[in-house]
Amino acid sequence: MDNVQTISKPVIEVFNLDIGYGDEVIMRNLNFSVHKGEAFIIMGGSGCGKSTLLKVIIGLKEPLAGKVMYEDISFWDADPLQQLGIMRRFGVLYQGGALWSSLTLAENIALPLEMYTDLSQQRIREVVSLKLALVGLSGYEDFYPAEISGGMRKRAGLARAMALDPDILFFDEPSAGLDPLSARLLDDLIVQLCDTLGTTVVMVTHELTSIFTVGNNSIFLDAQAKTMIAAGDPKQLLKQSNDPRVVEFLTRGEKTARSI
Amino acid sequence: MPQGKLAFDYSVSGTLCLKISGDWQIVSGLPSLDEVILQLNTHSDIVQITFNSAGLDRWDSGLAAFLLKLIKECEPRNIRVVSDGLPKGAQKLLLLAQAVHERNVVSQKIREPILVVIGNSVIRIKDEINSLLDFLGELIISFVRLMRGRAYMRRDDFVAIVQDCGAAAFPLVSLISILVGLILAFVGAMQLKMFGAQVFVADIVGIAMVRVMGAIMTGIIMTGRTGASFAAQLGIMQTNEEIDALRTLGISPVEFLVMPRVLALVLMMPLLTLYSNLMGILGGYVISVGMLEVSPAEYFSRTQAAVGINNLWVGLVHSIVFGIIIAVSGCFRGIQCGRSAAAVGESTTSAVVTGITSIVIATAIITYICQLLGV
Repeated sequence: MDNVQTISKPVIEVFNLDIGYGDEVIMRNLNFSVHKGEAFIIMGGSGCGKSTLLKVIIGLKEPLAGKVMYEDISFWDADPLQQLGIMRRFGVLYQGGALWSSLTLAENIALPLEMYTDLSQQRIREVVSLKLALVGLSGYEDFYPAEISGGMRKRAGLARAMALDPDILFFDEPSAGLDPLSARLLDDLIVQLCDTLGTTVVMVTHELTSIFTVGNNSIFLDAQAKTMIAAGDPKQLLKQSNDPRVVEFLTRGEKTARSI
Repeated sequence: MPQGKLAFDYSVSGTLCLKISGDWQIVSGLPSLDEVILQLNTHSDIVQITFNSAGLDRWDSGLAAFLLKLIKECEPRNIRVVSDGLPKGAQKLLLLAQAVHERNVVSQKIREPILVVIGNSVIRIKDEINSLLDFLGELIISFVRLMRGRAYMRRDDFVAIVQDCGAAAFPLVSLISILVGLILAFVGAMQLKMFGAQVFVADIVGIAMVRVMGAIMTGIIMTGRTGASFAAQLGIMQTNEEIDALRTLGISPVEFLVMPRVLALVLMMPLLTLYSNLMGILGGYVISVGMLEVSPAEYFSRTQAAVGINNLWVGLVHSIVFGIIIAVSGCFRGIQCGRSAAAVGESTTSAVVTGITSIVIATAIITYICQLLGV
């Protein structure tokens, strides 16, 4: 994922965003944009508000102030129908996969297709098989989420997120709770799929391996500063950042301040 | 097993050397720090504490806990604690325990004045009412969409829920209803026997069961059984982000999850109530025929004469209202659930409490309305 097209129009733009719960602001004044085809990482320490920011971007939680723009439409100012139109264009992979437990894997992936397309049951079944094959779960169509492992659930979640061939894929800590190998495989899978399909990726994570494998643009959130303190390609940040907090995070605390 | 022992050595002036010997383990009990404090209080010239652990056998974190407490006691007295004489492992453990890991201490919770607490709970109640109204509004919208054939609800889910809150509830409803019938008949018989009017037990049981008791008992059973299960199911779905996953797909969780549950229960409650009525009457029959020497034919003809169609309708109205109450309170609490195991427990409890309380209140209101209408 090295071909970043920063000249193109951003698909998501965030302006002066404040997020929080009730009166408590956890992040303020966030400004960034995500361009088409980018793999954008939202990183920062545990509990700094990364997942809350993701919820605001995907329309699950209203921001305290500011705008989230999808091309020319401000999500939180749009009417429900427009919001639905925006949501239709993206897929989300939640931390635990969030597969609907009462449905089989095939039914999980078929649901968005039934909801938004006029495909026949036969065609839907074919699309479902393809999506499951893409994430390496062929033959698991009739399994329930409880019958498969955590890593498989994540992959099935990815298949569901891709059901409608979305323009943007959101990931909430995709490698959390996976062994290093499964995490690596999932990261590789995300890179491959998105490269092939040209999907824009927005990923919340604090896993360094994921950050460097997948990301080519990022923002770094800091809980104490209550805002983003760095932005850019994580690999460049690792080489060039002068902020001790960013360097400490990206080197697992091995370097606390860069010797300049 | 030898317990940990402490001895005090003052051979070097201004220094207290603690001789630690024996087993210093949590399971074998530890010497009290009071002894040391007593020494510190009586010897005011002590400026440092050293250790001699030559006689120390086995030790665990109990020793470290003792030492940590000792260091805390020494700080205000300006006494230096030199840990050199301790085993290497214990020194490391002490260092670990004393290291400050959290760079930023989260702002501490302050005790709020009582007026603020009251104010906050009023605001919370207001918010809760608002969200209940939102929920009901969304439910009505979903129902309208369903009527217009535009709601997204899976038939399989609906059938499974109907099965679960209908047929699967039969055994429990049978048991409780027969027992309620028995109890009503028994209590009634005690009084009626005094006037030789045992045959009227059939009237008491019939009217009570059909008009209100059948519906109430079924309602209470279904609150505990199905209402709680709805709350737990939706609560866990909330915890697993399944509900978020529906929302981001643009599927209303109320339409997809709540609607089939409400419909299923509203459909099944009247049927279960009718069945409960029958079982209650059967319970009354057992007592009347078995104990009061009323003939079977007499019991049934009395029941037939006493229970009018009005009573049946009143009972069915109760059951439909209860069905809505149980399903709505269960689903509402489930959707509202927080993201932890404890929150699922809380939402289940509050679903049952809300359900049963609302059933009793609704019964009072319906009874009053029936009184006004003369039904």
